[in-house]
Amino acid sequence: MLNKRKEMTSGNLAFAEAMRQVNPDVVAAYPITPSTEIPVKFAEFVANGLVDSEYVAVESEHSAITACVGASVSGARVMTASSANGVALMHEIFPIAAAFRAPIVFGLVNRSLGAPVNIHCDHSDSMPERDSGWIQIYCEDAQEVYDSVLLAVRLAEHDDVLTPVFVCQDGFITSHCYEPVELLSDESVKKFVGERKAKYPLLDVDNPVSYGSFTMSEYYFEIKRTQIEGMNNVPRVYKELTKELAEYTGREYPALDAYRAEDAEYLIVVMSSATGVVKDVVDEMRERGVKAGCLRVRFFRPFPAEELKKLADGKKGVAVLDRSASIGGTAPLAAEVKSALYGLSERVPLQEYLFGLGGRDLYPRDAEKVFSGLMENDYSDTARYIGLLEKDEENGGN
Amino acid sequence: MSKPKCWQDVPPATIAWGASALDVETGLWRSMRPVLDENKCISCLKCWLQCPDSSIKTNEEGRVCGINMFFCKGCGVCAQVCPVNAISMHQEADFTNEKREHGEDPGKVADHVK
Amino acid sequence: MENGKKRTLEVRWHGRGGQGAKSASAILAEVLFEEGKHVQAFPEYGAERQGAPMRAYNRVSDTPIRRRCSVENPNIVVIVDPTMVVSSNPCEGCMSDAVYVVNTPEDARALRTRMNLSADAKVLVVDATKITLEELGQNRPNAPLLGALSHLFTDVSAETFADHFTRKMKQLPAPVLEANRRAILRGREEAVLA
Repeated sequence: MLNKRKEMTSGNLAFAEAMRQVNPDVVAAYPITPSTEIPVKFAEFVANGLVDSEYVAVESEHSAITACVGASVSGARVMTASSANGVALMHEIFPIAAAFRAPIVFGLVNRSLGAPVNIHCDHSDSMPERDSGWIQIYCEDAQEVYDSVLLAVRLAEHDDVLTPVFVCQDGFITSHCYEPVELLSDESVKKFVGERKAKYPLLDVDNPVSYGSFTMSEYYFEIKRTQIEGMNNVPRVYKELTKELAEYTGREYPALDAYRAEDAEYLIVVMSSATGVVKDVVDEMRERGVKAGCLRVRFFRPFPAEELKKLADGKKGVAVLDRSASIGGTAPLAAEVKSALYGLSERVPLQEYLFGLGGRDLYPRDAEKVFSGLMENDYSDTARYIGLLEKDEENGGN
Repeated sequence: MSKPKCWQDVPPATIAWGASALDVETGLWRSMRPVLDENKCISCLKCWLQCPDSSIKTNEEGRVCGINMFFCKGCGVCAQVCPVNAISMHQEADFTNEKREHGEDPGKVADHVK
Repeated sequence: MENGKKRTLEVRWHGRGGQGAKSASAILAEVLFEEGKHVQAFPEYGAERQGAPMRAYNRVSDTPIRRRCSVENPNIVVIVDPTMVVSSNPCEGCMSDAVYVVNTPEDARALRTRMNLSADAKVLVVDATKITLEELGQNRPNAPLLGALSHLFTDVSAETFADHFTRKMKQLPAPVLEANRRAILRGREEAVLA
């Protein structure tokens, strides 16, 4: 029998519980709000002998990711977690991990990058890593976080992929929210994730290899192309894995979560926990006769451009809500969406929005206003701000 | 080792196969060559210890018997540390006319590597 | 009122970091979850230090809860620290018929006046500090507040609330569990509505 159990837990603790069940070989981690609970909880498991993992307590996030990469290319199954400037501190190692094809599974609990110091949620920590070569999965709730950890382990280690994975969740909003999560039994998880069969582990002294030698211009480009191939294989491999996990959980998560989107006239494209509010508003608007719909981007890397293009085709209006800015350019999600829609024979009107920076909430009234804007054909070429305190230019005051 | 002609053929994950260093004749980088005077050598092994390229040859009795010219890069550390001045550094160009013996041999390192 | 909210009850807790407001909201969520409700419990921090004012929230519903934004219009407000009754601005955004559950030795009617509540609003007062000092020897207002809250969640039995600790925290020694149980029941019995 599957022996599942439903427990009150949070996004962080669900991640940690999945880690316990996966029982990775090595975890090297450094704590930072709001992902602290992940390494802390896992260290508890280690101290209490509930896992066989080697826990390496390091002095910084840079050391954490470096230790993870070393362990991973040695053949170990490796996991870790971080947020905000901790992730930023790891930045220079991320492309190395990806090029080494190190299948690390990383709990990225989204928190705004300083300065100023802010502990709350936005996507400014994960978005700068979108070019790193890592897979990025954004989870809406704790259940999805738990399921995604299991999928990520298999996805990262698959021979056709061999790419490290960020499993992202919104800091505090998801990581610290207690809600019911259905957990699989230890046996089920063990069965699903199996054992890692590393291809070229450093610890295989009979077949010694070196990782990361100097490479001249004659091969660098080709090596990057092999990474691109791994990433290109993700959609196919992920489809198989999510079907397989569904046999245990009864849940499947498509790369693009389309909510009442097929026959919609107006769409909001959004990621992570803010989607909940948008879905509630979609339902309310539908009851009022408005054909509203929502697209939640779950995989930001690789970006589901084809699916998004198909679903956005022919829509009367699309709004994209970004939870991070690319100062001086187009915000990350908007840039991907616009790029995906570029090939449409008929242009779909699109409005970019920035919201939620530093943890500012998205409320139902905000989503309603976004839909109204689309319905009233009210567009601007530049991105608009949701909930920003602004001087009222017309009336000379707030 | 043949060079890859397309991205599909590059070794995965930036790896270099084991002992592939044996194929790289770093001796070609030399501009100064160490010459050992075996009469002066007392086999103190200071040069062997300090050589960054493991290029001081020793025999079964553990005595210094030469310098591996396949790998030696001519850094001169051996000459510096020798307490009896048994090693002297000379212009590599002085040896261009020297007959090479069937090319140099990287040596019996990493025999266990398949 | 939006559809999503009609079916959803929202609770806001006011406390200071380290006082247990976050734990209390989590416990409430757990009790209701075990009775088959859909629940959320989440904290909202200011500065990360002991004693800083903080809030915690619950959502309770018979249907799945999707929204995760902050609770702006709570139906129930719990004030864990008596010194925060006015300073924490507990009435902010509240529904006009909100119920305020307050840990305080103050008389319920006097508190109503001091808080300047509207006619529809109610106040449920319990001296949780006193109860826990007597029963547990510590100022841990969670348990009696939970007992007081059991009046507001009438489709869940009082026993469910009372036995929560005993069922959940088996690792604690029996006298501690019993003391918590008494604290919960006293919170329920000694709460005064105004």
